[in-house]
Amino acid sequence: MADPEIKSYAPHHESQSAAVTESPTARAVLMIVAFAFLGVFLLLPLIIVFNEAFSKGVGAYTEALSDPDTRSAIRLTLLVAAISVPLNVVFGISAAWAIAKFEFKGKAFLTTLIDLPFSVSPVISGLVYVLLFGAQGLLGGWLKAHGIVILFAVPGIVLATIFVTFPFVARELIPLMQEQGNGDEEAALSLGANGWQTFWYVTLPNVKWGLLYGVLLCNARAMGEFGAVSVVSGHIRGLTNTMPLHVEILYNEYNAVGAFAVASLLAGLALVTLVLKTLLEMRYGAEIAATRGH
Amino acid sequence: MTTAPAKAGWRFRQPSVIPGFGLTLGFSLAYLTLIILIPLSGLIWRSAALGWADFWAIATDRRTINALEISFGTAFIAAAVNLVFGTIVAWVLVRYNFPGRRIVDAMVDLPFALPTAVAGIALTTLYAPNGWVGSLLAPLGIKVAYTPLGIIIALIFIGLPFVVRTVQPIMEEIDKEVEEVAATLGANRFQIISRVLLPGLAPAIVTGFALAFARGVGEYGSVIFIAGNLPYKSEIAPLLIVIRLEEYNYAAATAIAAIMLALSFVMLLVINLVQTWSRKRYG
Repeated sequence: MADPEIKSYAPHHESQSAAVTESPTARAVLMIVAFAFLGVFLLLPLIIVFNEAFSKGVGAYTEALSDPDTRSAIRLTLLVAAISVPLNVVFGISAAWAIAKFEFKGKAFLTTLIDLPFSVSPVISGLVYVLLFGAQGLLGGWLKAHGIVILFAVPGIVLATIFVTFPFVARELIPLMQEQGNGDEEAALSLGANGWQTFWYVTLPNVKWGLLYGVLLCNARAMGEFGAVSVVSGHIRGLTNTMPLHVEILYNEYNAVGAFAVASLLAGLALVTLVLKTLLEMRYGAEIAATRGH
Repeated sequence: MTTAPAKAGWRFRQPSVIPGFGLTLGFSLAYLTLIILIPLSGLIWRSAALGWADFWAIATDRRTINALEISFGTAFIAAAVNLVFGTIVAWVLVRYNFPGRRIVDAMVDLPFALPTAVAGIALTTLYAPNGWVGSLLAPLGIKVAYTPLGIIIALIFIGLPFVVRTVQPIMEEIDKEVEEVAATLGANRFQIISRVLLPGLAPAIVTGFALAFARGVGEYGSVIFIAGNLPYKSEIAPLLIVIRLEEYNYAAATAIAAIMLALSFVMLLVINLVQTWSRKRYG
């Protein structure tokens, strides 16, 4: 489309004529409504997390975080993210290469399938693995006979996390690589580069910021996933409790400071994610493509 | 299919000089099949194995029906609230300049980034009768936490970015000339917004609504803390699945999950139809 090209030559119209904007009163009302809504629904929950975490002072906060069960929950969350995010990165790159660089039958269907986990309830994402690997599951008997433990252990948590974070990298890369086209790769190949060289030295540098963007969102979800992991984890303290699950346990034990202390770490992660995401959008907006959102 | 010669003109893929098609498509399909398709078909297989009578008994169980009604009802109301306020937020972000606009814009994605359990305990603490917001509403006789209203609050939080992020890019693309033409032709601001701008935005708004609705139906983490989880009253369908699973009642868990999946697929289909329709109409 030639449309964006033309647009970029037009000056940005910051000054608005009275005919195409609202009256000052209407503007003020709309802004107050928007800010009040965002304040109540987004800002207050964020503030209360830190307020509650520090409600008994910094000492109680650090004490809550040095609890051995909390420590092991943090370690498990980091481990799960460290396994599931790279796997989804490899898949995302691979799927984007196949879908963006080639024309083949059933491409649209494949793209729809990749988005599938987004339209499945997290609880169902966990349930499917219970039905597969559980004691009454399809493979349950075989696994037990061979002494392989998947459910209520780390492998199950990793699988459930991979399931829910599956589309993030792929759906970031596919539109970006489609937009960039095959010209660069064809040039590299015609100059004698082989497939891997073309990927490493041409494609990857072209998509690196979009890839980082996808990894960021994937990681935030991987560390924060609750529903799917909750179903497959078995909630064994110190062993199969991730940080979000540990938040739940502490909260249900009326340990508000403990629950919110762990929650504050996750909220901190969310804030860091948002800051990095915003910086990426500001600096490399064009290189991340037009797709925004989840 | 068979060894018969391929029909002229039919190709699985267009020829290309770029290598790696077999490797990347093969790996992608294998990974997709192992992680998503096999587990999901296991669910469908299990629910098919239930038999119609058992399935019907679970599906028409009062508790199942109430849980589904609560999940879909609260998700619908929350998405409707987000439709209105999300559109206003998007408008303010796109059209108005104010200090800190970048920060407010970034904040909108908070529900995507904040783990649902954290949102759940934060909202519960806020809306509990002695909480910051709950204590203001209590004298008015409004109870939020541990009621279906609490579920709606949690789902508004979860769904907000879906509406804003769907509507915002379309708003940014609106050509100001259209508004200027309408103004020149004598339309007032209200007429321009309701007759010229909103029809063009409607597909995006509906898509955002549908995405927020679909997400709200399946939401679990943020809801279970604030809902109170009373059977028949404030028990959502995903929670009922978890409860049935904890009772080792795999059949019921599977059936409820299958019903939710079927309804979600219908919604996904509708979203796709709306998007196709809007692309055709507004290019």
